[in-house]
Amino acid sequence: MFCNFFRAQRLEEASKLSSWKQWRQSTQRTLRRLRDEAQEWLSSLKLWRADIHQIEGMFGTGILSYFSFLRFLVMLNLIIFLLMFSFVMLPIIIMFTTNVILFNIWNPFMELYPSSARRGLVIFHEHITDLLSGGGFLEQTYLFYGFYQVNQIHFPNIKYNLALAYLMTTIAYLFLSLIWIVKRSALGFKRNLVQDEDRFQSFCNKIFAGWDFCITNENAASLKRSSLLYELRTDLEEERIKQKIADRTRKEKCRIYLIRFILNIFVIGVLAGCFYSIYVATIFSQEHVEYLMYEYLPSIVITLANFITPLLFSVIINFEDYSPAFEIRFTLMRCVFMRLTSIGVLLFSLWSQITHCKDETCICGYNHELYSCWETRVGQEMYKLTVFDFIIIVAVTIFVEFPRKLIVRHCDCGLAKWWGQQEFSIPQNVLEIVYGQTICWIGTFYCPMLPAICTIKYFFIFYIKKVSLLKNCRPATRPFRASSSNFFFLAVLLIGLALACLPVSVSVAQINCSQACGPFVGYNTSWEVLPTAVSELPTGVRSVIEALSSEAFAVSFFVVTCLAMFYVIALAGAHKKVINQLREQLVLVSLVK
Amino acid sequence: MGNKQTTFTDEQLEAFQDCTFFTRKEILRLHARFRELAPHLVPLDFTNNPDVRVPPTLVVTMPELKENPFRDRIVATFSEDGLGNLSFNDFVDMFSALCELSPRELKTIYAFKIYDFNRDDFICEDDLQQTLNKLTKGELTAEEVTLVCQKVIEEADLDGDRKLSFSDFQNMISKAPDFLSNFHIRI
Repeated sequence: MFCNFFRAQRLEEASKLSSWKQWRQSTQRTLRRLRDEAQEWLSSLKLWRADIHQIEGMFGTGILSYFSFLRFLVMLNLIIFLLMFSFVMLPIIIMFTTNVILFNIWNPFMELYPSSARRGLVIFHEHITDLLSGGGFLEQTYLFYGFYQVNQIHFPNIKYNLALAYLMTTIAYLFLSLIWIVKRSALGFKRNLVQDEDRFQSFCNKIFAGWDFCITNENAASLKRSSLLYELRTDLEEERIKQKIADRTRKEKCRIYLIRFILNIFVIGVLAGCFYSIYVATIFSQEHVEYLMYEYLPSIVITLANFITPLLFSVIINFEDYSPAFEIRFTLMRCVFMRLTSIGVLLFSLWSQITHCKDETCICGYNHELYSCWETRVGQEMYKLTVFDFIIIVAVTIFVEFPRKLIVRHCDCGLAKWWGQQEFSIPQNVLEIVYGQTICWIGTFYCPMLPAICTIKYFFIFYIKKVSLLKNCRPATRPFRASSSNFFFLAVLLIGLALACLPVSVSVAQINCSQACGPFVGYNTSWEVLPTAVSELPTGVRSVIEALSSEAFAVSFFVVTCLAMFYVIALAGAHKKVINQLREQLVLVSLVK
Repeated sequence: MGNKQTTFTDEQLEAFQDCTFFTRKEILRLHARFRELAPHLVPLDFTNNPDVRVPPTLVVTMPELKENPFRDRIVATFSEDGLGNLSFNDFVDMFSALCELSPRELKTIYAFKIYDFNRDDFICEDDLQQTLNKLTKGELTAEEVTLVCQKVIEEADLDGDRKLSFSDFQNMISKAPDFLSNFHIRI
């Protein structure tokens, strides 16, 4: 009926148009069709399209968003690695292979720092130890900052400033990540702005837009039905609790606030304890490098802390008497804070070790006796964190999730019933991979091949998680809304990026770079490369750049941005007023009818 | 590949491509699916536009519709005679309106028609109760059902007549973030 109507309309229109317009219309139609087919072909090239379809059909859109988030991170890491490779590693590879270069400035101040590379007959297991700890033979490879000891490369026609390229690539990859994440989250953010709070229109959304029409599997359908039922009941419960909160007496309010205060102090105490133990573990592992176990001590402590604290938080929140929706969000916020701050504490303890010498102030600005190449050491720590994170994910899947499924299925004891079948907890899994990505962002400056390692790591994690999901898990009884979950993932990722920018910028701008290794030998800090390079530019360009970076420009830019923001906020407020007025008018009009 | 098929003439395929969101390949695939439902009813050759209708009892056995609680309403909405018998045009219209490329406005129009059980161009409380019961398969108590329907009317009814007109519905759907991603059938 719809199709016939359109066809008749088109024939009628066609008879009225001239042949030129007809030709133009048919060309437009062909072009549009070509574009659709091209888009279809491009989307068929997308990585893991079939796997993600399968997961969507069986587990719904919430878990689907986790896997497409994982795919996004694989692509992001790949692009970052390609950036680093083409601007930093490739020139050095060309330099080594062509060997035609007459002048490459190996810095005269540089002494080869005592490398821990082993000489002579090397026992096999020491290679494995080196692989796991990032030391030994790995220190002399492209993996770490210390290997890039070239300041500038003189190719036959051009002079390539490797130090400048290294710095600019770092800034570029952070900036690129920011733009890409913001672009992806723009859609979700707009929607979240439209809804004032999470409770807006929640019943209508569930009834009219709640059923996923893509479901074809009987199990998935009954699960969706029970999850919708659960959601509706939860919402009715929320309404009831809202009513109860409004009816609370003064005395009850005081009691609840007191309990919340005490519990928050307790949470802060737990967090402080965890951070202190991470600090102690890091210092201990820096001082004792004999055993592999000591080297991995900070990673072990961080993982333990991140395992225990979510359980603790989910127990504590029950006593604080919030509404269910707020409970989930608040626990999540606490877990995010814990995860990302633990990396910060690790870096802080490293920084305190690096910049403190036996006497009061360090001559070189860093402890050059213990850390002749401190960037490589930081890179090694990040490398170890990444490797350990991957090992833990694999180990937990193999040694906890599979046995759990076997126990629950075959054993009929009380423990099995209480433990229950594994649920794929989306928030915790997302936090895990955001944690890994934050480490990657921080570590890429010190360990240029880390993005490649992370790409491979996330590639394998996709398959591991998929297999575990299909074999061990049942869908979550507490459904995670797809729309807000995309926004949640990207918001947490942005927090991770902001956190990653901080240590990188502090170490680039404040801490003196090591004089025994790396491309920045001869400069005080890594940042100095930029002003030096700018001062070598022709006068016109230089004055433009200096004008852009002057305070006058920065202040006026800030003022203009603030004005624009106030204007947009005022506009939004005015629109809201108009909408309310129109709503009242609608009611009046219908009353008059 | 496209030139060798004899199911449709080229003009028919062009017309289908213009008024639906499907490509040639997909339309031929849809015809195969349509034929699969009732091979004795549906001919292989559609070049002379045969008037063939498949009864709703056969259509709702399709895997895409089998688990959908609103399958009867969907089929009834898209059938020209209102009883649920689908011709091939209706069949293609149905999947085109519900496909991924279909715009929000079109989906909103059809969603309203689907949820309007008594076809009076308003979604009244009775329609809401039927929708809810189909969705939850009668698992909610009567009191919960009434409460939920009251909340829905409270949230979406703008002109205060205790039922949802199309503009109320449209306004509410425009603010529902999951509507586009959930209200689509992949075929």
